[in-house]
Amino acid sequence: MNNLEVKLPGMTLSNPIIPASGCFGFGYEFSEYYDINILGSFVFKGTTLNSRYGNPNPRIAETYAGMLNSIGLQNPGVEEVINCELVKLKKVYHKKVIANIGGSTEKEYLESVKLISKCSQIGAIELNISCPNVKDGGIHFGLNKDIAASLVKAVKSVTNLPVYVKLSPNVTDIVEIAKAVESAGADAITLINTLIGMRIDIKTGKPVLANTYGGLSGPAIKPVALRMVHQVYRNVSIPIIGVGGIMNASDVIEMMYAGATAVQIGTANLIDPYACKSIIEDLPKLMKELKINKISDIIGGSHI
Amino acid sequence: MSEEYLIKSNQEIAYNVFQMTLIGDTSKIKNPGQFMNIKIDDNYENFLRRPISISSYKENEMTIIYKIFGTGTKKLSYKKSGDLIDILCPLGNGFTIKKNTRKSILIGGGVGVPPLLELAKQLKNNKMDFDVIIGFPSHRDVFLENEFKKFSESIVVCTIDGSYGEKGNVLEVIKNKQISFDYYYACGPEKMLHALVKEGYIGQLSFEERMGCGFGACMGCSHKTIQSYKRICKEGPVLESSEVYIDE
Ligand SMILES: Cc1cc2nc3c(=O)[nH]c(=O)nc-3n(C[C@H](O)[C@H](O)[C@H](O)COP(=O)(O)OP(=O)(O)OC[C@H]3O[C@@H](n4cnc5c(N)ncnc54)[C@H](O)[C@@H]3O)c2cc1C
Ligand SMILES: Cc1cc2nc3c(=O)[nH]c(=O)nc-3n(C[C@H](O)[C@H](O)[C@H](O)COP(=O)(O)O)c2cc1C
Ligand code: FES
Repeated sequence: MNNLEVKLPGMTLSNPIIPASGCFGFGYEFSEYYDINILGSFVFKGTTLNSRYGNPNPRIAETYAGMLNSIGLQNPGVEEVINCELVKLKKVYHKKVIANIGGSTEKEYLESVKLISKCSQIGAIELNISCPNVKDGGIHFGLNKDIAASLVKAVKSVTNLPVYVKLSPNVTDIVEIAKAVESAGADAITLINTLIGMRIDIKTGKPVLANTYGGLSGPAIKPVALRMVHQVYRNVSIPIIGVGGIMNASDVIEMMYAGATAVQIGTANLIDPYACKSIIEDLPKLMKELKINKISDIIGGSHI
Repeated sequence: MSEEYLIKSNQEIAYNVFQMTLIGDTSKIKNPGQFMNIKIDDNYENFLRRPISISSYKENEMTIIYKIFGTGTKKLSYKKSGDLIDILCPLGNGFTIKKNTRKSILIGGGVGVPPLLELAKQLKNNKMDFDVIIGFPSHRDVFLENEFKKFSESIVVCTIDGSYGEKGNVLEVIKNKQISFDYYYACGPEKMLHALVKEGYIGQLSFEERMGCGFGACMGCSHKTIQSYKRICKEGPVLESSEVYIDE
């Protein structure tokens, strides 16, 4: 028995490590570095119905223990993803992948979900209602519980795949939204997307990002992510995928104690392409040290 | 590909400009103009890696030249011979040597000059005819002049303030001296690169963008070209003049 195994709706993962959307391209970029089949699964770049270029440059800024991005969902559009990116991926990755889907209108979300659901490589949909970088898109659905719930309901009615809903931390009450998407039929919740922030260049007095604001990610946001996973775990019964600032095996254990069934790793991949590989290799050693037998035993362990 | 390299030397060669020689694997480097992404340290203050061009390389040894710009490059300048440093290398496409040129010219501005050194070496090895023109703000900023002389007799140095060599920016000096060429390779500030494209000359140019990863995963460095968008870290940093888009 593999003691790293965890179960998400529709997917059994050989370990809880999932590279996060936007930080792992379409996967094959990383197969130059290692065999990506060792991953539990991964989430591909946020995809919309039509291609998007995203926001103007600069769209990356550095912060202490993290970074800001204002990419704005640059992607080639769902058809191109299916016909091109997933074909390239198939050559190097033989497990199921999680499809991160964004959009500006309900119609757009539904069209994309319908198209991507026909693809046998997809194991689950991750509904991105939390991208802070797209005007009147994505996040608009994630800030209001009723709008979020009605989108989830509509999406569930057009796909047979499990639907994981990725929530924004930029809200006053995360529990309220989590409960609303759970009642609307979400199969799991991914927490958290980036926190909105900014930096100013003191030589010019102007914002560093051309878009002014961007999403903060990296170790700086880990305590916020842990807190939200912990709060939501108390209030919903569907599985939670914990994301935010995870850099190493200890962070994985911490996130799972807070209530995560699996974790996503974002920014860590950008500064070290081997980050997920190292974490997967380090986990068994750390578990032994901490006398954890099966990793699934610790999910929500901090709540007792 | 992320590997520890051993610092052989790290010395100031012009005002706030350092040359660092690194020992480690260079077997994957394909072209001059490729770059590396350097982890400054394990401290989370300089969280992202810093992209720096490979200036020259041979078996198990490569050299970079960087200017102190902010805190990351400042910390890099404190590194000592014998220190180990974590580097992703090589990244990007680099320059492709164009065959059948009558006479080409290497055009460098400031910290865009370093990658042209390896290119000069390779053009000379290919017995191709070329000139070099490099520009800096002032005399104290000038570097690599003597190194280029090993590969070309024809090198022009210019300074904006005229304190050394020809006065003016590289494009002004090219015009004033009526330097002729049928192809160019350029690296320097975006303003200089765009000016070259607008003149209608044909060649290859190396661009910069802020980078999240340096190896194609984040879309942070996406750069508009005439046909599409290219990731400067992956399909760049070198673009053909015919694809450069200028927004006015
Ligand atoms: C492909 C490429 C090759 C380069 N080659 C060289 C070289 O050979 N020699 C050299 O001196 N410089 C080179 N640069 C520029 C160099 O990357 C920046 O000067 C350096 O990142 C500044 O870091 P800092 O910590 O000193 O500055 P800070 O301002 O503290 O850096 C803050 C953030 O902005 C980024 N940043 C700042 N300026 C630039 C820039 N011009 N381009 C990209 N990112 C930037 C940093 O990487 C960091 O993430 C190159 C840049 C690119 C993209
Ligand atoms: C460059 C970049 C691009 C991102 N793109 C997306 C995206 O397309 N869709 C999405 O749901 N989240 C996106 N995210 C958010 C991450 O998936 C993740 O939720 C967030 O970065 C927090 O995790 P981390 O601290 O491990 O990076 C992006 C993050 C970064 C840094
Ligand atoms: S810097 Fe991440 S894709 Fe180029």
